[in-house]
Amino acid sequence: MVRLITHNLLACHVKGCTSNNFPLQFKDVQIELREAEFNPDFLRNFMPRIEWKALVDAARQLGDTSLPEEQPEMVDDEFLQKLHHVLLEVHVEEGAMVCPNCNHSYPISNGIPNMLLAEHEIG
Amino acid sequence: MSRPELQAPPEIYYGDVEAKKYTNNSRVQQIQADMTYRALELLNLPPGDPALLLDIGCGSGLSGEILDEQGYTWVGVDVAPSMLEVALEREVEGDLFLQDIGQGFGFRPGSFDGAISISVIQWLLNAETSHPTSSPPHRLMRFFTTLHAALRNPSRAVLQFYPTSDDQVQLITSIAQKAGFGGGVVVDYPNSKKARKVYLCLFVGGGGGAQQVPKGLEDEAEEGEARAQFEKRRERLKKRQISGKRKNVKGKDWILRKKELYRQRGKDNVPNDSKYTGRKRKAVF
Repeated sequence: MVRLITHNLLACHVKGCTSNNFPLQFKDVQIELREAEFNPDFLRNFMPRIEWKALVDAARQLGDTSLPEEQPEMVDDEFLQKLHHVLLEVHVEEGAMVCPNCNHSYPISNGIPNMLLAEHEIG
Repeated sequence: MSRPELQAPPEIYYGDVEAKKYTNNSRVQQIQADMTYRALELLNLPPGDPALLLDIGCGSGLSGEILDEQGYTWVGVDVAPSMLEVALEREVEGDLFLQDIGQGFGFRPGSFDGAISISVIQWLLNAETSHPTSSPPHRLMRFFTTLHAALRNPSRAVLQFYPTSDDQVQLITSIAQKAGFGGGVVVDYPNSKKARKVYLCLFVGGGGGAQQVPKGLEDEAEEGEARAQFEKRRERLKKRQISGKRKNVKGKDWILRKKELYRQRGKDNVPNDSKYTGRKRKAVF
């Protein structure tokens, strides 16, 4: 159940991997669409925390091109609906997330990413 | 039986069997629910503000279910795959991660509006290997620093845990302070053996008006059902001990009643009642 909302918060936490460790790249993913309750207040509240470019790139990688390149100044209901769909309704079920810096791969199985590190990778 | 955290590491202790047992036990469910509500109360989020919370050690989603019910969006991490599997079966709403909190989080700074954790961080107090990264202080430090980074300013983290000694509380709070947290320990029902619960209430930031550590609940505050079982019986016992000797059961009333009963049954030689009945004899010497 990796949704793009959490993907947008997630950076690599391997020891010494501190720059260029965000966003993690999706690899060999299977996605599933599942409807969620629309909550405009939550989205408005969460908007300032979004790394917009990372979100748009990730969405494009998963085959969703509904979001504009730049974060719009004006927030209307239609836009919030799109954002809601991308952030909360696209679930990545299988595949992996790969760190662009250290190439550590976090496998996703059954919707749960495995974030465990080996002993030498712990910071 | 010794505490679960002393028996095996969490990902092994909570195997398939134990995960099911734990989740289906109605007593565990009740306690977890109570503690989650209390943790949310201590978290003190502005009402009506839809927040993004982190559930540390979400397990099978017993606490997550309550977060769903309260309308929060949440992300859960746990180290036991079997527990997460049960959570998937129960179809909780939050995103789940298989993660060892002692290895630290990888979340971007300022990601969450708050964090809760129910009965988890005592698991960090046992070293599993002799590698330096597996020592409890190192793991706690890593956990608290990355948690501090992942929380927004201002926000709170409420972590309920079961310490076995005051030294453990001391260790945990001192490391949390070194990681930049303010706040302290809140103890609910400090005088009850069963109902006593320890919450670590940590603050990130807070600006000029420093945040106050909330007060723990006292026994008097809540009468009746919320109290631990058998508390009443113990109280009654105590009262009796204070008042000294018990009331004499075989007093005058009892003797008169018995004699009346014997007469009714037609027993011979029942002594007559008089003003001396049931009175003690004078000491002869």
